[in-house]
Amino acid sequence: MLGSDLVMYDEEFKLIDAELQRLLQQANAKVVFLVDKNGQLIAATGETENLDTTSLASLTAGNIAATGGMAKLLGEKEFSILFHEGARDNIHISIIGQRVILVVIFDQRSSLGLVRLRVKKSAEALGSIFSQLLQKVETEKGSGKSADSPFAEITDEDIDKLFG
Amino acid sequence: MSFINYSSREINCKIVFYGPGLCGKTTNLQWIYKKTNPDSKGKMISLATETERTLFFDFLPLALGEIRGFKTRFHLYTVPGQVFYDASRKLILKGVDGVVFVADSQVERMEANIESMENLRINLAEQGYNLDKVPFIIQYNKRDLPNVVPLEEMKKALNPRGLPDYEAIATDGTGVFDTLKAIAKLVIMELKKGQEGG
Repeated sequence: MLGSDLVMYDEEFKLIDAELQRLLQQANAKVVFLVDKNGQLIAATGETENLDTTSLASLTAGNIAATGGMAKLLGEKEFSILFHEGARDNIHISIIGQRVILVVIFDQRSSLGLVRLRVKKSAEALGSIFSQLLQKVETEKGSGKSADSPFAEITDEDIDKLFG
Repeated sequence: MSFINYSSREINCKIVFYGPGLCGKTTNLQWIYKKTNPDSKGKMISLATETERTLFFDFLPLALGEIRGFKTRFHLYTVPGQVFYDASRKLILKGVDGVVFVADSQVERMEANIESMENLRINLAEQGYNLDKVPFIIQYNKRDLPNVVPLEEMKKALNPRGLPDYEAIATDGTGVFDTLKAIAKLVIMELKKGQEGG
């Protein structure tokens, strides 16, 4: 009813994680992460220990949404790349396959040109992983397979327990 | 639009607090933030003006524990209530799993309540949602003030369908967690339905 929920399986997650790590290395970046357009963090790699990735994910999605609103007002479909330059760190944000957002944080050890180049390559790889994932979700839905769904047997009691 | 991650065994859902300006949406989130165990909450982010009016959104990530081995996370958002921030309001509704409408119980705010409810219906429709089908809860806030509209009248004006609704005083926490619990329950039940429906 509420459109297609985003579902992530182990197999695709590993592929995505490997691609993000490759990008991190090749672009000489500090942090690379992937966010759903609704603000859910999908995967992150790099120096994330002292980084509030949950908040960053939500703000990134808000940023992309606001920029998308501006694009619409100008008659553009979207602005697919955003770049924020700081004194120390920079953020490169790009939309992949109109659904997910790739964020690269880098400092003076890298450059905007290098990041752009590497992001472009990774975007293709990530795009095809996501098409594969969406296809898989559709097939599983179609076959009615929900054997290991965490929701199938949820009871009121389970939910009450959440609130202690 | 929830995010189910079988790899990290997590479920993420998005709940939006909607309502007219100064009705107490941010206060609801602040109370939840204040009263939640530090382990189960992230940072609360408020994108507000200098006068502390919400400019874009407030954001509070909440980890509620496990259901059947899956960590359950709720991302709570508020929208800016003031009428002229409509463009921002629309954006926040993207991918929403459940909506809490916070109504201001004061007599002079009834018109604003009704207008905001209509605005919610329109903005949801623009994102492809039907308010009658989305998990939805109504909270009548500020019940402690002297000039409040009688509950029956508020129900008649804002809740003709008889949805779950709660009285609240967000400043002292009355009804805040009841509201959160109720919407969380509806959202999870909706997920269950979605999965069963295939």
